[in-house]
Amino acid sequence: MSQSNATMNLTMYRISSWLKSPKPYLMFVGFGLVLSFWYFSVEVWKLPRFQDMPSLTEVFEEWFSEDPYYGLSIYTPEYYKHIGISLRRIAYAFCLATALGVPLGLFLGWSQKLREYIFPLFELLRPIPVLAWVPLAIIMFSGSETPVIFLTFLASFFATTLNTMLGVESIDEEYSRAAYCLGASRWQTFVHVVVPGAMPYIFTGLQISIGVAWFSLVAGEMVSGQYGLGYIINTAYIMVQYSQIIIGMITLGLFGYVTSALVRLAGDYMMQWRVRELALGGD
Amino acid sequence: MSTLPKDDSMPIKGAIRIEDVVKVYDPDGAAVMAVDHCSIDIPAGEICMIVGPSGCGKTTLLNTIAGFHGLTSGHIYLDDEVLCGPGKEKAEPGSDRIVVFQNGALFPWKTNLDNIAFGPMMEGKLSKDEIYEKARKMMVDAGLEGTEDSFPGEVSSGLRRRVEIVRALMNEPKVLLFDEPYRALDSLTKSVMHEALLDIYYKNKVTIFFITHDLEEAIFLGHRLIIMSSRPCKPKKIVEVDIPHPRDYSVLTSPRFREIMNEAKGVVNEEARKAFEAGEKEG
Ligand SMILES: Nc1ncnc2c1ncn2[C@@H]1O[C@H](COP(=O)(O)OP(=O)(O)O)[C@@H](O)[C@H]1O
Ligand SMILES: [Mg+2]
Repeated sequence: MSQSNATMNLTMYRISSWLKSPKPYLMFVGFGLVLSFWYFSVEVWKLPRFQDMPSLTEVFEEWFSEDPYYGLSIYTPEYYKHIGISLRRIAYAFCLATALGVPLGLFLGWSQKLREYIFPLFELLRPIPVLAWVPLAIIMFSGSETPVIFLTFLASFFATTLNTMLGVESIDEEYSRAAYCLGASRWQTFVHVVVPGAMPYIFTGLQISIGVAWFSLVAGEMVSGQYGLGYIINTAYIMVQYSQIIIGMITLGLFGYVTSALVRLAGDYMMQWRVRELALGGD
Repeated sequence: MSTLPKDDSMPIKGAIRIEDVVKVYDPDGAAVMAVDHCSIDIPAGEICMIVGPSGCGKTTLLNTIAGFHGLTSGHIYLDDEVLCGPGKEKAEPGSDRIVVFQNGALFPWKTNLDNIAFGPMMEGKLSKDEIYEKARKMMVDAGLEGTEDSFPGEVSSGLRRRVEIVRALMNEPKVLLFDEPYRALDSLTKSVMHEALLDIYYKNKVTIFFITHDLEEAIFLGHRLIIMSSRPCKPKKIVEVDIPHPRDYSVLTSPRFREIMNEAKGVVNEEARKAFEAGEKEG
């Protein structure tokens, strides 16, 4: 079957209906308002407390300069090295969190016994903020890379596991009953009912997971590591190179958005049935 | 049974004997007696309609036959083999007795065709090609051509019901267990579904255990009506429907239909009133 075609078509359909709606133009107005507020407050009105803020022109001149004053712009390989390293950490942490969190969540939801063993421990660890893990992460893992990846992984892992487990619990019992009736074994029911039935929640979990991964990444990179977007922001602050802070922030926003969109696209691809129910309507 | 067609295509299998079945929920807490010393004998190939007020224990009885939960005492036999009884508290769910659920339990994440192929695929007795060939043919026979690659959420609820029945028939069950499958449908769709069901029945000859509280539906479809008392459920009155099969909708206006309706109505209404006064909620 042409699954990827259907996903493509749906994506095209979404984009074209988005362009026809007032949304993209409102979006530009929104951006415009924020940017002009930034411009006027810093450069024209010079509001109090804003005098140290990097100005819009300063930031964009630096960002798009072939010879940036502080050494970081879209023309410098250094910039891409930071992005690449942050992305690599996100990829490792997110993939690891998914590879461990989804199966664990599925089994926690599926097996009452396992849940009784593990879930209380899980609930105790989950509320601990990522920053509280920083010292332990640095003690436990050597080098600068693994502690950051570990920190990035943590919150993602909890979000994915918990949502997957809730996904299993959300499945109507009649689906499993129907599967048993039709001669499926317990394991077959797990594969054909529990896994796909939990899928919508799993992808909700992955959306949250990718978001908190960026959050923790920046926290991790600020305290440990020699590269990455979080590192740029922190170093720029210490070195009083304020325009770089903004460049780091905007870049984070862009990549955070893109990775989120990729997760959403993967979800659409995996859940054709849901996409078609929602977008093209049944009854 | 005088009204059963006596030709060679009659099944020799699928007789259900319910003997003195008692089901008490939560026996050591606030005990709710759902089924009380209920005995029903259903010959192979009969369409047996179970009629009774909401909350009287019909679904409970069906679930014990299907093997979704155990019974407190008594026996249930399928073709003289014990499904459950003392020493075997709960029947094993299996593809010889397939349930069509009250709310429908097609897997929304599988296409109609994959849903229909599901049972035999799980049992693995035939090759994938054979199964899908059979599934496609059954869909054509049931007038479901063209919906093979749609997901259940994309087709009308009437069509979904038909897909579900075809899915049940794929495993060649001896018994189909229906739990108010047409309750949510409008009366027009309902009548189409009734004729479709009879059509399928004439081709496949299975035993049908059909729960409903729609008296017209019961008389139109059934060889026999078992009218249940309000909770705890046990047969209150048995009504033979001696209108010969095959039937079509002209039956509804026949004098005999009216007579049977009048005969059954008194008992049904009396039990419904008792149930209402006892404040039963539907289960
Ligand atoms: N799992 C359960 N635990 C306790 N009581 C139940 C359970 N399932 C059903 N009941 C009760 O048993 C009675 C019969 O329910 P049910 O068989 O669903 O009725 P029906 O299908 O005839 O509407 C109801 O009073 C209901 O509240
Ligand atoms: Mg019921």
